[in-house]
Amino acid sequence: MTVADSHQYCTFYVDGHYFGLDVLRVQEVIRFQQMTRVPLASPVVRGLINLRGQIVTAIDLRRRLELSDRPAEQLPLNVVIQTDDGAVSLLVDEIGDVLVVPANLFERAPETLHGPARELICGAYKLPDCLLLILDTDRTVNVTGCGHLQHAKDA
Amino acid sequence: MNEVIREFLIETNENLAQLDVDLVTLEKDPTERETLGRVFRTLHTVKGTAGFLGLQKLQAVAHAAESLLSQLRAGELVFNPPIASALLKVVDAVRTMLESVERSETDGDGDFSALIETLDRLRVAAPVVSPPMVTPAAKQPPTPVMTAVPEIRPPAPPSSGPPSLVMTQSSLHDAAESRAPAIADTSIRVDVNLLDKLMTLVGELVLARNQIMQYSASQEDTPFVRTVQRLNLLTTELQAGVMKTRMQPIGTIWSKFPRVVRDLAVACAKQVHIDLEGQETELDKTIIEAIRDPLTHLVRNAIDHGIEPPRERLARGKAEEGRLALRAFHEGGKVIIEINDDGAGIDPQRIRAKAIKAKLVTPEQADRLSSRDLVNLIFLPGFSTADQVTQFSGRGVGMDVVRTNIERIGGSVTIDSRPGIGATVRMKIPLTLAIIPALTITSAGERYAIPQVSLLELVRLEGESKQRGIEQIQGTPVYRLRGNLLPLVYLERALRADNAPANGHKKRNGADPADDAQAATNIVVLQADDRQFGLVVDAIHDTEEIVVKPLQKQLKDLRAFAGATIMGDGRVALILDVLGLAQAANVISGVRERALSEKAAAAAEPTGDRQTVLLFANSDGSRGAIPLSQVARLEEFPRSALERLGLLEMVQYRDEILPLIHVSRALRQRPPSKNGRSNAWRSSDESLATTAGDPIQVVVYSGAGRQVGLVVDRIVDIVEETLVSRSDAHRRGVMFTAVIQGRATEFLDVEAILTSLDAELVEPPHTITTQA
Repeated sequence: MTVADSHQYCTFYVDGHYFGLDVLRVQEVIRFQQMTRVPLASPVVRGLINLRGQIVTAIDLRRRLELSDRPAEQLPLNVVIQTDDGAVSLLVDEIGDVLVVPANLFERAPETLHGPARELICGAYKLPDCLLLILDTDRTVNVTGCGHLQHAKDA
Repeated sequence: MNEVIREFLIETNENLAQLDVDLVTLEKDPTERETLGRVFRTLHTVKGTAGFLGLQKLQAVAHAAESLLSQLRAGELVFNPPIASALLKVVDAVRTMLESVERSETDGDGDFSALIETLDRLRVAAPVVSPPMVTPAAKQPPTPVMTAVPEIRPPAPPSSGPPSLVMTQSSLHDAAESRAPAIADTSIRVDVNLLDKLMTLVGELVLARNQIMQYSASQEDTPFVRTVQRLNLLTTELQAGVMKTRMQPIGTIWSKFPRVVRDLAVACAKQVHIDLEGQETELDKTIIEAIRDPLTHLVRNAIDHGIEPPRERLARGKAEEGRLALRAFHEGGKVIIEINDDGAGIDPQRIRAKAIKAKLVTPEQADRLSSRDLVNLIFLPGFSTADQVTQFSGRGVGMDVVRTNIERIGGSVTIDSRPGIGATVRMKIPLTLAIIPALTITSAGERYAIPQVSLLELVRLEGESKQRGIEQIQGTPVYRLRGNLLPLVYLERALRADNAPANGHKKRNGADPADDAQAATNIVVLQADDRQFGLVVDAIHDTEEIVVKPLQKQLKDLRAFAGATIMGDGRVALILDVLGLAQAANVISGVRERALSEKAAAAAEPTGDRQTVLLFANSDGSRGAIPLSQVARLEEFPRSALERLGLLEMVQYRDEILPLIHVSRALRQRPPSKNGRSNAWRSSDESLATTAGDPIQVVVYSGAGRQVGLVVDRIVDIVEETLVSRSDAHRRGVMFTAVIQGRATEFLDVEAILTSLDAELVEPPHTITTQA
C-alpha cells in the first residue's frame, strides 16, 4: 500500500467492525443477489452470482475473517472488486461512505494481532470515533485452504 | 510498430513454417522443382524486404541462401542432406532475427558469418551473384515507397502465424499447392482478439435467446412466438458461423512436425518417416493452441524413446526406417488424435522400476498393478523414463503435463503399448469449448448442467420397477441395466461436504435420500473414460446450448465441476465434470488416482490399487472375491429351481439355461484328469440335501460373451478396497490372495476355472481377460 498524503477508501461494516478497501479496486456495490451454492467448495465461498453475464464468485467476509455468521434474515451486500482473475464479490453487512483519510492517521497492524486478521488487515486509520481497518484485497480473495474446518457443516 | 515491419513479420513467419515443410520434402525428393522454386521465392522475398527495411544481417543470410538455391534451381547442384541442414539453419537464423526485429526493430547482434560461410562453401565455385542490396528480381525501388510493400508479398498459405488467423476453408495442403491469387483475394486477416470478442458476444446472445425462449413458452401471442422462433434459428446459425471462423485445421500445428521429426531423428541417429493423416480435421483455435505443446511432446517422446536405432530395428526384423503416424479424425462429436509409432513400445517392467525408484509407488503397490496400469504410471507427476536427459526429452515436461493439459480442455489421453511392436497414444479432444449442448438436472434444489458428450441415456424408475431396479448391496447401490451392473452415484451425496473426495469409502449407513420419497428415481447414465456409471438426480430437465464459463481461482480445485453457465432465467448453474465426479466417487479406480504420489495421504489411507470387488463366503468358510466388473447380477434361486441334466446342475434363468459352478468345490478339486469330469459342475447330494429350505446364492458371472452361475454360500459385501497385501495363488482357479476386511480372500480366476472345467459344456473363451 502506498502511503500518500491522503487516500480514498470504500468503507463497509462486517459484524460491527468498520473496514475499508482501496476505492480504486472497487468496481461497484450491489444489493443482495441470488446465489448458486457451490458444493464442496471452501465455506468461505458462498456462491456464484450473475453480474450482467459475468459469473462472479461471492466470498463471505464474515467467514473469511472467521467471524460469526450473520443472522439468516439479514441479507448481505456485494462489494464487487477487481482482481487479476476477474471480478470477485465480497459479502458485507452494511455499506458506508467513501472516505478520504489523511495518511498520517495510518498505523500498521500491531504485531500482537493474531488469527486471520493478521494476514488480511494491513493497517488501521485512527479516526476520531473509531478505527478504520484496511483490508489487503489480494489476500482477502485468496481463499486457498481457509475455513474448511470451522464451517464445513453449514457450507 | 511500423506497419510495414508488422506486415513483413506476419508474412515471413507464415512463410517460414512452409519453408520447414518444403525443405524436408526436398531432402526426400530433390527433384521437386515446384517446391524448390517456392523455397527460392520465399528466401528471395525475405532478402528483398530485409534490404528494403535496412536489416543487413538478415539480408546477407537470405542472400547467401538464395545464391545456393539459384544454383540448385539451375541444376548445377543436387539437393542433399548437408544442404538441407544448412538451409534449415537459415530458417532458424531468420526466425531468430525476426524475433529480434519484433522486439527492437533491428536484426539483433547474432553472428551468422559461419552460416554464410557454410552456405558459400556448399556452392560450387561459381561467380557470386550481384551484391546484396539490389537484385534484378526485387521489384521494389531502393527508396522506401509504401505501396511497394504489398507487391513483394506472395499470397500467403494459411497458417497459425501469430497473432492473426487466416480465415479460409481450404486446408493447409491445398493452399500450399495452389498459391493462386484467388485464395488471397477471398480471405482476409482478422485479429484473433476480435474473433474472441465475437465469440463472447455470441455466447451472450445465446443466453439471451435461451431466456426469451423460456419466456415465449408461456406466451400465446402468435406473431411474437414466431419472431422468437426466427430469432432462435438465426442465433443458432450465427453461432455456428462464428464458431466456424475460429476453426483451424489441425494441419496448422502438424506442419512443423516433419521438421521436428527430421531434426530429432538426425540428432538421435535414427531414421524416421512421418505420416500425417487427417490434416484437414478442424478444431477450435483455443483447442489447437492447447494441444500444440502436448502433441509436440508426444512426437518427441515417440522418436526419442519409442523408435529404436536402425541397427536395433534390423536385429528385430523391422525396417530400418521407423514409422511415426499422426492421425486425426472425428468420432462421436469429438476429435481423436492418434500418435502411433512402430518402435519398442513401453516396457511395463522398466516403468515399474522407474516408478519405484522415483518413489511414486511402493514395490507392493506396483506388484498389484496390471501391465496396462503400469504403463499408465508414466502419467504421474515426476515420472521420466529417459535414462539420460537428452536435448529433446526428459527435461521435466512430463507426461503428467500432457495429461493435465489435455484434461483441462475436456479431453482424455490413453496409451496402448505393445512391447516390441510399438505404442499408440490416443487423445480425445472436444471440438470446441465455448458453447456446448448440455442436459440440465436438479439435485438438492440446485440445477446443474451435464455436458451432452458424456451422456449415454436416461433411465426413470417408478413404483415397482424402482423397488426392484436398484439393489443395495451392503450400502453400495447398483442398477441392472440390460444385464450389466451399473454402479450408481447419488449426486446429492457426492456433493455433500461430509462425503468429500478425500473420503474414498462409500457411505454404508442410512437410507438413500432418493429412496425416502415415493417419487421416481432418475438415473443419468454417463460415460467417464471407459467406464459407465449412473448418476442419480432429483429431476431431469431439458437439453440446451450452454455457454461454458471457467470458474475463478477460488473454485479451481473442485474437480467435480468443469465450469459454470448462466441459465435461461439468469441464474448461475454449475457444469458437472463427469470424469472428476466419477473419480471423486471412486467409480474410476486404479492408477488414475493421482493421490498415489502423495505419500502422506498414502500413509494415512493407502489409495492406489483401489477396486470394487464382490466378497462372498464359501461353504467351507473361506472367503472369495471377484471384481464387480465381472458380475452381471446377483441372484437367489430356491433350491427347487435347481435342475439336473446328467451330472450337471443348472437353473432356468431368463429363458436361458444357466450352468452352475460350486465355487468351493471348483477350488477344492484337483486338476481334471484326461477322462474325468470335474466335480464342480456336478450336483451332489450334499448340495441338495443341506438346508433344503434355503435359497442358493448365485453370482452370475459374465465374461467372454457367456454367463455362468457361481454358487456361493453367501454374499458378504461389495467393497472398494485397497489391497493391502497380496500373495501368489496357491491353488488352481485363484489369481492371488489378498487381505480384505482383515481376512485372507482368494481372488477367483473364473476363466481359469472354466477352462479347466468341462470344455464340452461351455465354449472355450477366445480371450482371457481377468485382470484384477
